[in-house]
Amino acid sequence: MNIAGPVSAMTLAERARRAAKVAAEFADQVDTEGRFPREGMDALKAERLMGVMIRPELGGEAASMTEIADLCAILGQACASTAMTYAMHQIQIASLADYAVGSAWHEAFLKRICDEQLLIASATSEAGIGGNLRNSICAVDLDGETARLEKNATVISYGAMADAIIVTSRRNADAPHSDQIATLFLKEQYSLERTSVWDTLGMRGTCSDGYIFKAEAPAEQILPKPFAEIAAQSMLAVSHLLWGALWYGIAADAVARSQAFVKAAARKSPGQTPPGALRLAEASNLLQQVKANVVAGLKQFEAAKGDADALNAMSFSVAMNNIKVGTSQMILTIINHCMLICGIAAYKNGTPFSLGRHLRDAHSAQLMISNDRILGNTSTMLLVNKQDTSLLG
Amino acid sequence: MNSTIRELLSKHGGLPIAVDKLADADDLYEAGLSSFASVQLMLALEEEFDVEFPENLLNRKSFSSIVSIADALSQITDDRQVA
Repeated sequence: MNIAGPVSAMTLAERARRAAKVAAEFADQVDTEGRFPREGMDALKAERLMGVMIRPELGGEAASMTEIADLCAILGQACASTAMTYAMHQIQIASLADYAVGSAWHEAFLKRICDEQLLIASATSEAGIGGNLRNSICAVDLDGETARLEKNATVISYGAMADAIIVTSRRNADAPHSDQIATLFLKEQYSLERTSVWDTLGMRGTCSDGYIFKAEAPAEQILPKPFAEIAAQSMLAVSHLLWGALWYGIAADAVARSQAFVKAAARKSPGQTPPGALRLAEASNLLQQVKANVVAGLKQFEAAKGDADALNAMSFSVAMNNIKVGTSQMILTIINHCMLICGIAAYKNGTPFSLGRHLRDAHSAQLMISNDRILGNTSTMLLVNKQDTSLLG
Repeated sequence: MNSTIRELLSKHGGLPIAVDKLADADDLYEAGLSSFASVQLMLALEEEFDVEFPENLLNRKSFSSIVSIADALSQITDDRQVA
């Protein structure tokens, strides 16, 4: 790999575009082989983009969530598996950077992430919890200063490639399922015994295999804040926003491909509007709605950031849930429009207008945190939440 | 007020432990209160006390303990008396 030019003189977006170029080159191969997007992730590390959200005194660049979302959108246009791996890593960084403040161990680790460009995974899913990440069956076993944990993790995205994994569990063996903590375990502190293989329709490069996770680490590696707080104030909102941004990226690339198709058709028959032109206008209209949805959500998140009351407000959760459900549904409609525009050239693999990978990757969006579950939660909140009817509020 | 809250918590909270085992200041989420149950509890409180929780009290903190629920309720009833 040849990464030219000094990293520090360029903007985050410029650096992400260089990494995206590498990721795009291998996107089809990653998808076909269902393998980790190594080249794209290595390029992101070479661009020093792994720890940019971390504060400068620990080696980061204090990038905002809006900036990170922009990077996810850039990557989403190149390779959705690279973009999703990067987004999931940043969700973990956001939790660590904001909810382990003052913990010497975690702050030293944040510095290591920047210095060594480490990749952080998470293990929230567990066999038997019914897909609700706010429930755990496994519990940390505290023996003096040592924390031991065994988890039947049904999914750990890029688990085998990560340098560390943040694992949720019950606080102790007597705690209720919802009384959770999160512990950061380093690669050398855990073993992974693979129980299932990620052979999926799309997002094939995230390698979200299932594992029996067994670990032992000093108790100081437990995050100081309860997981309930981290999930409510950071993880859910950040996930919805960063995923929304990269989903926008997938759809944006599909629209770009269909625009190129329509343009080529127009050039071939001057004076005639190609049949797909009108549908392209529709796709462009829908894409703008996805973009506006994500951007409005980022604005709301940045305004609430650091204010626990605002982040805990029901209206905030409702808004973030709506972004997730709205964007995940809309991108499918958009890509389907693009398929109709490009026809067989989209349906077929290996053409400049191929959209099979986009369509399959995009289908994950409704399922990763099921839209039905989210709509269920939203409908509960709407029993008491007061609707804000203002345009700008 | 706290005894009414306890009664409703016992009915709608879905806690894995008996409510009388909890102190007024104990964290209800740590005791197993789910967000769904907290909404059910909120609806029951609104019905019982004939109030409506305003937006600024619709958050996790207001329902984190019996004390904080009581505080939120007194805040609403105080506001009503002023108005």
